[in-house]
Amino acid sequence: MEQAQLRITVNGEPRAVPSPSTVADLVASLGLRADQVAVERNKKLVRRAQHAETSLCDGDEVEVVTFFGGG
Amino acid sequence: MTALVDSPLVLGQHSFTSRLFLGTGKYPSMDSMVESLAISGTQCVTVAVRRMQLGAPQGKTLLDYLPRDKYVLLPNTAGCFDADHAVRTALLGRELGMGDLVKLEVLGDPQTLLPDPIGTLDAAKTLVKDGFTVLCYTSDDPVLAKRLEDVGVTAVMPAGAPIGSGQGILNPNNIRIILERAKVPVIVDAGVGTASDVSIAFELGAHGVLLNTGVASAKEPVRMARAMKAAAEAGRDAFLAGRIPKKLYATASSPTSGVIAGE
Repeated sequence: MEQAQLRITVNGEPRAVPSPSTVADLVASLGLRADQVAVERNKKLVRRAQHAETSLCDGDEVEVVTFFGGG
Repeated sequence: MTALVDSPLVLGQHSFTSRLFLGTGKYPSMDSMVESLAISGTQCVTVAVRRMQLGAPQGKTLLDYLPRDKYVLLPNTAGCFDADHAVRTALLGRELGMGDLVKLEVLGDPQTLLPDPIGTLDAAKTLVKDGFTVLCYTSDDPVLAKRLEDVGVTAVMPAGAPIGSGQGILNPNNIRIILERAKVPVIVDAGVGTASDVSIAFELGAHGVLLNTGVASAKEPVRMARAMKAAAEAGRDAFLAGRIPKKLYATASSPTSGVIAGE
């Protein structure tokens, strides 16, 4: 049987992730380290300590950010 | 030999001996950025919070070029046009940087990049309450600067001219008024074009100067960064030294008595 999927948006782009998934799963699947990024889920910050406990839901809008050069 | 000392610039829990703050944007290369920052003597650099590029192979990130034992990071809220957006960006920046400093910008319009005074004030109140050390980008309006100080920002940062415009200090009178009334540090931020602009800011009494484009987009960023360091030190020393007043008429520098007989 095919694993169920969640349809979410990451950085403005649609993405399908396996169900269930946590924020930690998403960060890992993107090939990123948690200490390189900060994550927002539905406009709310998800602290690093809570990545593994925060489940993703269908329709979630996730922002994965880091530092870039700027003035 | 006279000891010529200056006190450090204290911003929250941070104490800086360099009063020059540099941005990390717009450099032609990472090497250019690294060299420019090093030669400028800056101890605190601004960084922007932006979406990670997903799918691309993850090489070095900006943080790999900014050793934490050398530079204090100052995340900005550039690109935010309302208070909520700025607050969210500040929270993300704090999470990334593990520090409480933020350069707050809430912009009013994309062409002038002037601050939205109401959004800035709202965001400042929220961030101060949440324990941030807020260094607040503002216009050279003395009334707004005072309001921001009243809500608890750690420093006010009036623009000399529009961001990236290189026009220098367009309204030194307003900057002087802000300086006269402020009980918090005043850091001139934005519009700096060349070394003399930095000196002028410090000669007015500014406690610090923040700039990015003036160095990063110069033909030789590293050389300009060196110039900015010298200009900051010159301007600050000139201010502390106490300049002579400007007079309409001349006052001779050589004795007026004992002159030999004329023809």
